[in-house]
Amino acid sequence: MEPKKISAPLSDADVLALKAGDNVLISGIIYTARDAAHKKLIELMEKNEDLPIDLKGQFIYYVGPAPAKPGQAIGSAGPTTSGRMDAYTPMMLEKGMKACIGKGLRNQAVKEALKKYKGVYLAAVGGAGALLSKRIIKSEVVAYPELGPEAIRKLEVKDFPATVINDAYGNDLYADGAKKYAR
Amino acid sequence: MRELAASVISDHVAEMCQKANIYLGEDVFSALKKSMDTEESPTGKEVLKQLIENVEIARNEQIPICQDTGFAVFFVEWGQEVHLTGGTLEEAIHAGVRKGYEEGYLRKSIVDDPLYQRKNTGDNTPAVIYTDLVPGDKVKISFAPKGGGSENMSTVKMLKPSDGEAGVIDFVVNHVKAAGPNPCPPIVVGVGIGGTFDKVAVMAKKALFRQIGSKHGDPVFAELEAKILSKINDLGVGPQGFGGRTFALAVHIETFPSHIASMAAAVNINCHACRHLEREI
Repeated sequence: MEPKKISAPLSDADVLALKAGDNVLISGIIYTARDAAHKKLIELMEKNEDLPIDLKGQFIYYVGPAPAKPGQAIGSAGPTTSGRMDAYTPMMLEKGMKACIGKGLRNQAVKEALKKYKGVYLAAVGGAGALLSKRIIKSEVVAYPELGPEAIRKLEVKDFPATVINDAYGNDLYADGAKKYAR
Repeated sequence: MRELAASVISDHVAEMCQKANIYLGEDVFSALKKSMDTEESPTGKEVLKQLIENVEIARNEQIPICQDTGFAVFFVEWGQEVHLTGGTLEEAIHAGVRKGYEEGYLRKSIVDDPLYQRKNTGDNTPAVIYTDLVPGDKVKISFAPKGGGSENMSTVKMLKPSDGEAGVIDFVVNHVKAAGPNPCPPIVVGVGIGGTFDKVAVMAKKALFRQIGSKHGDPVFAELEAKILSKINDLGVGPQGFGGRTFALAVHIETFPSHIASMAAAVNINCHACRHLEREI
């Protein structure tokens, strides 16, 4: 099956068109954030203060990239383990994030929140940092530069490949995939 | 007595830091390519294809295979005839890491205070350094940039002697099953059996330096390695956990004598980017 082409901003309808196991190619804007940045964003949300980025309809990619060599938009940039962001993700979805990209298992609260707020969890191939960096054509730090690799970056991507793991219907590729090939 | 300058060590370390992050060992690369033949899942094959392409891009463009260029871990076998001059071993290694990670555009992934401030140290130091004093006049440095993802999926358990072989198998297989997609399969599994709580963990890490395709010297443990590998792949987790027959590329076991009351066991997982480099100076 051909990969589906998707871009931000994502609507509820866009999210509902995706099913666990679908391959997608993302073009356009993706924001990055991992542990430290999520902690800061949630603290702002809890105080009802403005966020440095508008989450509505957006992708958040859990990544801490390597520094860019001269001539590169970004260094190697594969996903980090999403489970560490589980504590923060339901609130990110509540505030309008539509898709998160990482790798590895999500907990039940995240899967429930994806259903409730109509969001998807996508996996990029872990460790394919060099390959994935070539699909990122621009990178700009937009918040928390002091966090170095953990800063919030605004990326422009072209045909960035990912796979739907958890959709808005409660399906889970990690659970279904293993069942098929277990002996 | 042979004199060895700290600066020589630093220069080697700086080069090793970069090489290990850019060039995947031939044994690991071969194992990835060979698994294309045995993988049954089309999605699994597609993932393996991307991982192989990724290794080639890293080599051709001289960029890190993965953005997690890891905690710098060193095992140093210091020949007792060698006299270190011009600085301490720790300073020499740290200077090398600083240089290598800066010049190589590698990620600085270490924070100072592990619990409260967690401020990035900015230069990927300190390293984790194990040193053994050995006979002779050579210095052997083994380096591994150990990524956080796979490291986080590692564990130590004090089994009981009565748990036996079945207990060890269950411990390793169940632990790897729970880790699932998190450590970026296909994984390499280092297992330690014996020793103390701390020793067994280091053994499990040392096990990750073995060439993929090599077997344990004792045929009984070689058989155990094969058995555990087979059971892990039968879990069906597959490349990146999307489902398939290639969850692990290899299982390596290191053993050490044990206390009569204990059977310490440890699992140190490495992802498919099983990066390590050895050099004799």
